[in-house]
Amino acid sequence: MATQAPVAAEITQTAPRRLWLQVLHDWVTTVDHKKIGLMYIGYALVFLVIAGFEALLMRVQLAIPNNHFVSPQSFNQLFTMHGTTMVFFVGMPILFGFGNYLIPLMIGARDMAFPRLNAFSFWISAFGGLLLYFSYLGGSGLYGAGSAPDIGWWAYAPLTLKAFSPGHSSDYWTIAILLSGVGTIGTSVNIVATTLCMRCPGMTLTRMPLLVWLYTVMSGLVFVTISPLTAAQIMLLLDRYVGSHFFDTQAGGSAVLWMHFFWIFGHPEVYVLVLPAFAFANEIIPVFSRKAIFGYPAMVAASVGIGFISLSVWAHHMFTIGMTSGANTFFVLATMAISVPTGIKIFNWLATLWGGKIHFTASMMFAIGFLFQFLIAGLTGIMLSVAPFDWQLGGSYFVVAHFHYVLVGAILFMLFSAFYYWYPKMTGRMLSEKLGKWHFWIFLIGFHLTFDFMHIPGLEGMPRRIYTYEADRGWMIWNMIISSGAIFQTIGTLLFVYNMVWSYFKGPAAGPDPWDAWTLEWSTASPPPAYNFAVTPTVASRRPLWDIKHPDDPDSHYE
Amino acid sequence: MRQIWSGLATQTPSGVSGSSTSIFAPAGTPAHSIFGLSMLVLGITGAIFLVVGGLLFYVLLRYRHRAGDADALQEPPQIYGSNQIELSWTVIPILIVVMLFLATARIILATQDAPKPASALDVTVIGHQFWWEFRYPKLGIVTANELHIPVSDPKHPTPTYLSMTSADTDHSFWIPRLAGKMDLIPNRVNTMWIDPESPGLYLGQCAQYCGTQHALMLLRVYADTPAQFAAWVAHQQQPGVADSSVAEGQSVFQHTACISCHTVAGTVATGTFGPDLTHVASRDTIASGSVPLTPANLRAFVDNPAQFKPGALMPAMHLNDRDLDAVTAYLLTLK
Repeated sequence: MATQAPVAAEITQTAPRRLWLQVLHDWVTTVDHKKIGLMYIGYALVFLVIAGFEALLMRVQLAIPNNHFVSPQSFNQLFTMHGTTMVFFVGMPILFGFGNYLIPLMIGARDMAFPRLNAFSFWISAFGGLLLYFSYLGGSGLYGAGSAPDIGWWAYAPLTLKAFSPGHSSDYWTIAILLSGVGTIGTSVNIVATTLCMRCPGMTLTRMPLLVWLYTVMSGLVFVTISPLTAAQIMLLLDRYVGSHFFDTQAGGSAVLWMHFFWIFGHPEVYVLVLPAFAFANEIIPVFSRKAIFGYPAMVAASVGIGFISLSVWAHHMFTIGMTSGANTFFVLATMAISVPTGIKIFNWLATLWGGKIHFTASMMFAIGFLFQFLIAGLTGIMLSVAPFDWQLGGSYFVVAHFHYVLVGAILFMLFSAFYYWYPKMTGRMLSEKLGKWHFWIFLIGFHLTFDFMHIPGLEGMPRRIYTYEADRGWMIWNMIISSGAIFQTIGTLLFVYNMVWSYFKGPAAGPDPWDAWTLEWSTASPPPAYNFAVTPTVASRRPLWDIKHPDDPDSHYE
Repeated sequence: MRQIWSGLATQTPSGVSGSSTSIFAPAGTPAHSIFGLSMLVLGITGAIFLVVGGLLFYVLLRYRHRAGDADALQEPPQIYGSNQIELSWTVIPILIVVMLFLATARIILATQDAPKPASALDVTVIGHQFWWEFRYPKLGIVTANELHIPVSDPKHPTPTYLSMTSADTDHSFWIPRLAGKMDLIPNRVNTMWIDPESPGLYLGQCAQYCGTQHALMLLRVYADTPAQFAAWVAHQQQPGVADSSVAEGQSVFQHTACISCHTVAGTVATGTFGPDLTHVASRDTIASGSVPLTPANLRAFVDNPAQFKPGALMPAMHLNDRDLDAVTAYLLTLK
């Protein structure tokens, strides 16, 4: 460690100033995993702001009953675009961005296994996102003015077929998802190959950082789940243009077939998004508790277990489609079973905190928010796994509250935590802790105003995806509160964006290891040089930097 | 009749507001058994929340880093795991899951596989963009958006069995106070049953996104006493009223596009794309429950349905004022 830092510093000092065109050329043609990772993150952040703005517009519309802020058509486009964007063009790219950046650094590798595939995956996914938004300009094609898809992010058949969606907007949706799927599978192949083949000497699978383990499980899930989604998109295109009848109910096709194809993707997708959040928590919680992760083997086993079980729970999204009691019962059991490994994770994080010395940095505060909110999201998940309860709650605002608790309360909080933690590594400068804590508290208040109260209209019978509602149902007060929370979340997010920009220019220098952490990425300069490590590291335990810092009591004695 | 129902809509005997759609105000067997199960689940998850959430807060307070401590700069003792403890927090959740699963399976079977009594009423529900068609095959009645069913006395149950399908896209039938929801899917028949325990109006709406005007695809279920229901059935079985004072309106109705989509039993109007209008004036609402039936509203709706329901498939009829008045007058006689 001590020998590498000066080398890197010298290189950054002597690098000449370049023209912006050269810089652009450098980024567009790069195959460096760090630059690709940063591009993934940057492009996802742009879409995060766009899709967040769409949510804000929806909340303005729903704040009061019988509002005319947007038309029904626009509202339906807003929730379709918000959902599709957040899942495919924010969630997956930003998590892949962190994975791309961190995995080679954490396993002591020079780059990903297939650098060119990596660049291809990024650009094809990014093109998918641009195509989706191009639909606002070109969507309806021959049928008139532009329009975005308004089919919901599940795009249930037969609403997507020619009879009900005659314009081209749903084609844009289909092709955008297809392209994003190709990129996603490419990156997953890359992650699996990298973790299997590129680990530095001494890093056995049992010494691999948990972050890398979780990304490997997540990538395995992607293979199995994106493939049926891609197949279904192709079948939908065939239905629309070649006259096949997979989903065309007017010609004997099956609407339920689409649901199965979609949810065998859609449920594991939740885990594709949440496993990286677990991954960040597994690195950040120990460092700020100053303790090793509790129960490493159980954490690996629980992750792999979640990966497998999550493949057998998809039809809990379909409890109301009239499956037999036998099928319903099976999916209840499978869904409840997944709460066991998930519970193990929560308990192990608690045990990691237990007996530690907890440092409340902005990063750690977001991680603790994640723990608390993920606990609640898991418990409402158990409620929804109870099929009869789901017959009431499915398709209502309760479900919307539940999955936003997972996606915002858990995943987005953990992403913010990851930004505060790894931004110094990526840029060489610290984010402002003071702004970070403001960001945390304001966003926390907004989050709980919005998503705690969102459960209630669901219990009172308010379905999702409605652009307006009746005044006499008693839903207005809750919707007002929900919408007011959106304002706090917007302010919190703007603070975060400001912090990122300000700190990039004015933040204090980070140095290679600002958090006194234990994994390999902290042993090289911040930002790391293109070649990552001047000398390939060799490790003897799960926490190589702990061993260096505590030669009298290395981890390798206990593993 | 309308006055009676609007009175019931604001206050039911149980004290629950008539416009309530809360799942915690059950008024039928399936809703009651779901309510009971949900209380069990809420109890268990609430207890887990208190225990685990409490532990989290304890840990955060107890083990926070204090800069003033003597050992503030030392690392805490490193603990790598404990098989006994980890086993306990694996086994206890498994036991909870088994218990919850058994309780859930019991309600699934009791609701889905309940034997159908001979006294049950059969109704076919067909979802349309963006309205509901109700057909009573054994009674020869076709109506729309307002479902009339008999109250079910627990001693002599008369549940209503709904056979559900869709004419176009997916929909979902949800009356939270009576039962959970069930999807209406084209090319597929689903069934569910409801048995309201007290007379009154039960509200709900489509719970599966079905297109532009999904939001105003509202649903009204009227639970009638046996006498009310018998009277309603007898009335609905009559053909449409032929009132010579509105002959002009009837003529306009039958000579414009109205009859391509709407039926008035006993006349040349036999369209099936839109709601059956044979007894339209006996309903409380138009536009799938979203607009009270008044002469002014009806006239405005016929003129241009999009004023109330943008995205509704019925086109603006572009009738002149005289024809519009005449058609409205005609429709209002279809009691």
